Amino acid sequence: MPDLCTTGERLLNELDNYISSIGAKPDKLISVLQKAQELFGYLSVEVQQHIADALDIPVSQVYGVVTFYNFFSTKPKGKVQIKVCLGTACYVKGGDRVFERFLEELGTKPEEPTKDGHFFIHPVRCLGACSMAPVVLVGEKDFYGRVKPDMVPRIIEKYKEVK
Amino acid sequence: MKPMLVLVSVDSNSVLLGAKHFVNYLKDLIGKYGLQDTVDVLETGTMGVYTQGVVMAIFPDDVYYSVRSTEDVEKIVTEHLLKGRSVLSLEIPKDRLKLVVEKEKVSAETRIVLRNVGSIDPRSIDEYIARDGYFALHKVLSEMRPQQVLECVKASGLRGRGGAGFPTGLKWEFTAKVQADQKYVVCNADEGEPGTFKDRLIMEGDPHSVIEAMTICGYAVGATKGYIYIRGEYYGSVDNIQKAIKDAYEYGFLGKDIMGSGFDFDLTVRLGAGAYICGEETALLESIEGKSGRPRLKPPYPPTNGLFGKPTVINNVETFANIPQIILNGPEWFKSFGTAGSPGTKVYSLVGNVVRRGIVEVPMGTTVRDLIYRFGGGLVGGKDLYMVQTGGTAGTFIGIDKLDAPLDYDSFKNYGVSIGSGVILAMSDEVCPVDVALNTMQFFAHESCGKCTPCREGTRLAVQILERMSKGQGKLEDLETLKQIAYVTQEASLCGLGQSINVPLLSIVENFRNDFIEHLKASSCPHGVCEFIKIQKSKVKT
Repeated sequence: MPDLCTTGERLLNELDNYISSIGAKPDKLISVLQKAQELFGYLSVEVQQHIADALDIPVSQVYGVVTFYNFFSTKPKGKVQIKVCLGTACYVKGGDRVFERFLEELGTKPEEPTKDGHFFIHPVRCLGACSMAPVVLVGEKDFYGRVKPDMVPRIIEKYKEVK
Repeated sequence: MKPMLVLVSVDSNSVLLGAKHFVNYLKDLIGKYGLQDTVDVLETGTMGVYTQGVVMAIFPDDVYYSVRSTEDVEKIVTEHLLKGRSVLSLEIPKDRLKLVVEKEKVSAETRIVLRNVGSIDPRSIDEYIARDGYFALHKVLSEMRPQQVLECVKASGLRGRGGAGFPTGLKWEFTAKVQADQKYVVCNADEGEPGTFKDRLIMEGDPHSVIEAMTICGYAVGATKGYIYIRGEYYGSVDNIQKAIKDAYEYGFLGKDIMGSGFDFDLTVRLGAGAYICGEETALLESIEGKSGRPRLKPPYPPTNGLFGKPTVINNVETFANIPQIILNGPEWFKSFGTAGSPGTKVYSLVGNVVRRGIVEVPMGTTVRDLIYRFGGGLVGGKDLYMVQTGGTAGTFIGIDKLDAPLDYDSFKNYGVSIGSGVILAMSDEVCPVDVALNTMQFFAHESCGKCTPCREGTRLAVQILERMSKGQGKLEDLETLKQIAYVTQEASLCGLGQSINVPLLSIVENFRNDFIEHLKASSCPHGVCEFIKIQKSKVKT
């Protein structure tokens, strides 16, 4: 069992290294937040405070940016992120039914982690793969195109073991 | 050169089907069977062939395969590459290739922007150079004064491909005229319009064309720094653009003293963080500055007061991709394509219920009917077309009576058909206009940044009304209210997002008025989509 405290410190160190590599200027805020989210999985108040100090801007400004963009989250998001596209092209091809099936199979609500904290479902608008509609994106790179509701259990099965 | 070559189509569609994974697997197998000296594997963009799998072509045999799994890859290696026998079960029939690729696709398409997509390895700068890449930049730096570049772009009549259609040369000239210690060139690659994926294909298939164009623009307007703002979700685009920038620096096409001309230009990639509004130019600038992407009050406009308050040119990916060819071939050549008011070509995303979903590039002025039937192959299962969304979510909904409208930047004014960012979303009568209108307005309500009241409240109100209608609880007055919302948000909103809500809302309410009326009268949705919930009238006590 790794010591959580040291893990946190190690990640903060890594974040500081990243900040100094790109230069600690206010216009780098979004890049820094993207890196922080990648490292921590979400942006806690402590991390936001840390970034505000590092870039020498008010924490209120950091919070404003974090809550403005869909990509950032202030709560833990679960290990496996599933994005189901409800953009117009996917919607008319049945994206909504795929989305509902995911919620049903996992017994959860949109934008809330499952009880075991493993899965997290986001409804999104357009992933830029409209010719494959309806589209599901798991994690950052696993795309599933022309998804039918009956394919949902198989997709979920593939990610149950992800650590 | 090795005796055999395997070309793998790696585009945004095939990547989704596992193309990258198959390429790696193919290379592993080639190593395992000791074929590395006889077989070359090259990745290329789309080959214009649409199958259920990843297209792999083997040369000199000229055999095309459709690959769907690693087992298929293994079959091709052990049978075709090792033993020289074609795998019939995976082969794409020749007649289909000839028909689809040559007669219907390649000969009819006119490719300026996509000329290299699918023909070169996007990760190789040498292949781009072999196709006259960076020739335009050299011509500009060695033979032309900035003013001449501006004149050339102005004379071509090129208009912004992001949707608004503002003349590109004019935009550049505004920035060029302003005196400032620093100017910027920004590429808007925050392609978030639902239904659109053309910029993604350009960046993934031909990233250097964008870099070359931005450098040319920098020279023309006197800017020395550029930013490409790419959607955070476009991993493949980011990857290819970053590799291309690195190579361009190495070859001296970016950085200090480019090609010995004394002109400096630096280029940086910035990633979006998931906000549709950041496609609006001033919101995008705010986002590059590290702030929340809320639009600025205009005027002043970006050409004079843009990024960090400095004069800035912002153009869409597709607009930039036209520039090198205009410089090389001249404005008259460019004007020989398209219509008088909108010269050149347009890249369309064909989506929805069409047979061949994907990207096509055709001259401006092509009709919606041609796009759907000639290029898209008609509707799946021969169904009847009922509704088409053109231009994207902020575009128009039209019925089949308007299919013959030629699409260009004046078609909205003349025919009520918007070209927008080039979406053609075909729908059969299995979709319900009320339901689609609701989905569209939910999108705007979610993406409205909340800075100005008409947009924030107007979209919310429209969603409430449409929700009622889709449950069969609408009233006739609701249609008038929807129209009023459309007018008010258009007139009073701060930025392009709110101002364009009237386009989809009015077009769907007016062109499909009968469907809306039927939702008020009928006991169930005429398209069988919406679920009606009848309110129990409270019984009056007697």
